[in-house]
Amino acid sequence: MTNDITRLSASDLGSALARKELSSVEATQAHLDRIAAVDGDLHAFLHVSTQEALATAADVDAKRAAGEELHPLAGVPIAVKDVVVTKGLPTTAGSKILENWVPPYDATLVERLKGAGLPILGKTNMDEFAMGSSTEHSAFGNTKNPWDLDRIPGGSGGGSAAAVAGFEAPLAIGTDTGGSIRQPGAVTGTVGVKPTYGGVSRYGLIAMASSLDQAGPVTRTVLDAALLHELIGGHDPHDSTSIDEPVPGVVAAARQGATGDLKGVRVGVVTELAGEGYQAGVSARFDESLEQLRALGAEIVEVSCPSFRYALDAYYLIMPAEASSNLAKFDGMRFGLRVEPAEGPVTAERVMGATRGAGFGDEVKRRVILGTYALSAGYYDAYYGSAQKVRTLIQRDFAAAFAKADVLVSPTAPTTAFKFGEKLDDPLAMYLNDVATIPANLAGVPGMSLPNGLSDDGLPVGFQILAPAKADDRMYRVGAALEAALESRWGGPLLNKAPELKTTELAR
Amino acid sequence: MTAATTTGLVSYEDAVRRYDPVLGIEVHVELGTRTKMFCAAEVEFGGEPNTQVTPVSLGLPGALPVVNGKAVEYAIRIGLALNCTIAESCRFARKNYFYPDVPKNFQTSQYDEPIAYDGWLDVELEDGTVFRVEIERAHMEEDAGKNTHVGGSTGRIHGAEYSLVDYNRAGIPLVEIVTRPIEGAGDRAPEVARAYVQTLRDIFRTLDVSEARMERGNVRADVNLSLRTSPDAPLGTRTETKNVNSFRSIERAVRYEVSRQAGVLDAGLPVIQETRHFHEEDGTTSPGRVKSDAEDYRYFPEPDLVPVAPSREWVEEIRAALPEMPVARRRRLQGEWGYADAEMRDVVNAGAVDLIEATVAAGTSAAGARKWWMGELARRAKQDEVTLEDLSVTPAQIAQLQALVESGRINDKIARQVLDGVLAGEGDPEAVVVARGLEVVSDDGALLTAIDEALAAQPDVVEKVRGGNQGPVGAIIGAVMKATKGQADAKRVRELVLDRIGQ
Repeated sequence: MTNDITRLSASDLGSALARKELSSVEATQAHLDRIAAVDGDLHAFLHVSTQEALATAADVDAKRAAGEELHPLAGVPIAVKDVVVTKGLPTTAGSKILENWVPPYDATLVERLKGAGLPILGKTNMDEFAMGSSTEHSAFGNTKNPWDLDRIPGGSGGGSAAAVAGFEAPLAIGTDTGGSIRQPGAVTGTVGVKPTYGGVSRYGLIAMASSLDQAGPVTRTVLDAALLHELIGGHDPHDSTSIDEPVPGVVAAARQGATGDLKGVRVGVVTELAGEGYQAGVSARFDESLEQLRALGAEIVEVSCPSFRYALDAYYLIMPAEASSNLAKFDGMRFGLRVEPAEGPVTAERVMGATRGAGFGDEVKRRVILGTYALSAGYYDAYYGSAQKVRTLIQRDFAAAFAKADVLVSPTAPTTAFKFGEKLDDPLAMYLNDVATIPANLAGVPGMSLPNGLSDDGLPVGFQILAPAKADDRMYRVGAALEAALESRWGGPLLNKAPELKTTELAR
Repeated sequence: MTAATTTGLVSYEDAVRRYDPVLGIEVHVELGTRTKMFCAAEVEFGGEPNTQVTPVSLGLPGALPVVNGKAVEYAIRIGLALNCTIAESCRFARKNYFYPDVPKNFQTSQYDEPIAYDGWLDVELEDGTVFRVEIERAHMEEDAGKNTHVGGSTGRIHGAEYSLVDYNRAGIPLVEIVTRPIEGAGDRAPEVARAYVQTLRDIFRTLDVSEARMERGNVRADVNLSLRTSPDAPLGTRTETKNVNSFRSIERAVRYEVSRQAGVLDAGLPVIQETRHFHEEDGTTSPGRVKSDAEDYRYFPEPDLVPVAPSREWVEEIRAALPEMPVARRRRLQGEWGYADAEMRDVVNAGAVDLIEATVAAGTSAAGARKWWMGELARRAKQDEVTLEDLSVTPAQIAQLQALVESGRINDKIARQVLDGVLAGEGDPEAVVVARGLEVVSDDGALLTAIDEALAAQPDVVEKVRGGNQGPVGAIIGAVMKATKGQADAKRVRELVLDRIGQ
């Protein structure tokens, strides 16, 4: 029974709860049991909040019993990436510098989850400060890919993706600065959505790059992503960059798409996001899905976005520049780790230095140094200034492409999940993983990755759909249509093909 | 390095004969908004340390700033009062530097896009000369927290055992007003500097954007000064004297720097571009940070905020609602009151403009109001070493006091006793007169009794008066006044005495 509950989609679980076929306490406990059984191997969670989750679940059950009207996801448990602050629950952003820090406030999106009655199962592992594509940069150990425990679950949100792929949670929150929701989605066979920049409040997200960061849903189905997106999205007066408009009708679009009719939809294939560097199996699945979309009535057009070839370069100037400033507050003065220098005088400046030296990992230091350099007097125009110009060019490329196509598509990541350690010593190779996802962040447009079958190595690959800013609904329509067609061809969700995880006997 | 600071001082008069001083003044004013620049933390002076904070003003992970609309409005008010152009769109930037009183280790400020720019301010000097100061910009930023260094003898960081940080002040909105180089002040540079900051202070109060109390640090001035050999020469190297926090100190700091820099230049040494600290005790400055290896603040546009774009309609609304500026107001009032230039200047310098205006508004003549505030009240304020404003008497009470005198119910001498009562907290003048029984004796019956007694006591005087010599009548009046404890109207007494004697 436990097994069946954890395999339900969030939407189905929400319906079952609404029909009172089971209680939220049962559903939450089932997931907590699953975490206890498999997380020893997966290590998707940094903190499991058993009591808080069960308390929320009991509260929802009581409200339902009292006949209160509840959100469709009320009582459906969720995992939250550890970069999102949660009042009373430890929040580390995967960094030693925040080990044992307990925030005194909730992120806006967490307030919305709590308001709708979603029990929070715990906080998921990630690359330190969301810097990485493999979760190997977490200060607290690797998260494994449920498809192959020797492989990375993607990053930075490897924890959220693995939790959902490993049936530890039906829903999770991720954040995406250059692909940290979508790339883990691709390599774990799950759905990940980066909404339009400003679509979901950033208040309470520990910032990496303010102009690129965006929180979004990590789920197993497109409809689940839409339900979660609609819940966490929308204007927040605490975030000045938040869009003051209603969330696009993503749930309606997902339901419409699931009917399988894409007549009149123009799907643009980005020339620059294919070919060299893309694994054969990745390209093959992508081409097959294009055919599938055509079969559903979509018109396939080629579009060129020539500035995309500079996207990675621009990204690795803008992101570190903003990060170097955003991470300055971690200095041992007010919260988190505080390290005094081993010798010599204990001055504020030296404590800051010692704390940052001991608290930050190598990748974080690399980016802080890079960003500090890029912003320095005399280099600003050449680096940060030029990168901003590239950003404008990329936005123009998108604008031109969206004049020809309603959505743009590409493989989400050029390869399937690689093995631990494979790219750890080669930052550039690691960065190349995000080549297809980064342009969306630079332009602020929404992006989705959904399961697109298995590559020749038997590992999942992702299909990316991009839409114009504030037209997130378009990718839900196309995504839901493709998902339905693919699942009917596969005879069920892709995750059904994932190996069974070894479970630990429960001692309860 | 110290050579430049240990050369002899040149006398101020000598220095300004041979060198042309150029000023540049940066004034920070803390805005009197209810909440902080970027969050809803309440702002109140003197709260317990670290009680007026939010995740935003503490710089906690995840917190984001939101611009305080009221602060923008205040900044626009200041910009308009300084005859600036208000930007159609402007941005905040991050000024990155590590310091414990800066919670995020960057200050959110405006850098290349200030909200107001290209303005000017006419400053009136003590002798009435008007000096125009050009304003380069006025921009918005947030204040830092406050460090307290404990354990050292000096209260400075050097030698302290530990330091405490209070973030109540962190995030309080500031507007920084930067002048263009102020040239042509010549030997009056110290006075110009002082008058400029004083005029700004008055404007902040008139605009109601700040309490603008220097002693609380609501207004802080950094004074840049350089010397050149002649007004045609290029600008010399400047020093920046930080946080000069009283009007008098501004004047002293400029004088000292002129003397010091002249000494350096006379010795053939270069003036070092540096930050200097002013010492209240002896009026000197000493070197702080050397600016030539100034920190690189790595400014970049604040990505957490969208541009501030005040609509033209809003700006015009604010402009239309601007109160009259102090200088214009003083000119208008001087005209209305008919004061001579010197009289008006004394009134301004005594801080009595508002008090006299209110007294006049309560019905007193301009001359009457000036008589009180610049006379008896100024004397008492000086005696008690307080400002006129601090005396516990209101303009309305002064108006009532003057009305009592004019109606003849009390005389000037009694009025001073009534004032004693008012200042002692005995209530309004009317109440004091009644309670102390100070009303002028206007009952002729009572006066006649006293007069008859006085006449009976001095028959020789009566004889002389009857003989046509009115001179000695004063002795009778004096006796009557004494008998009535001064509460009689001397003019009436005289009439009655003469009448009684039969003259």
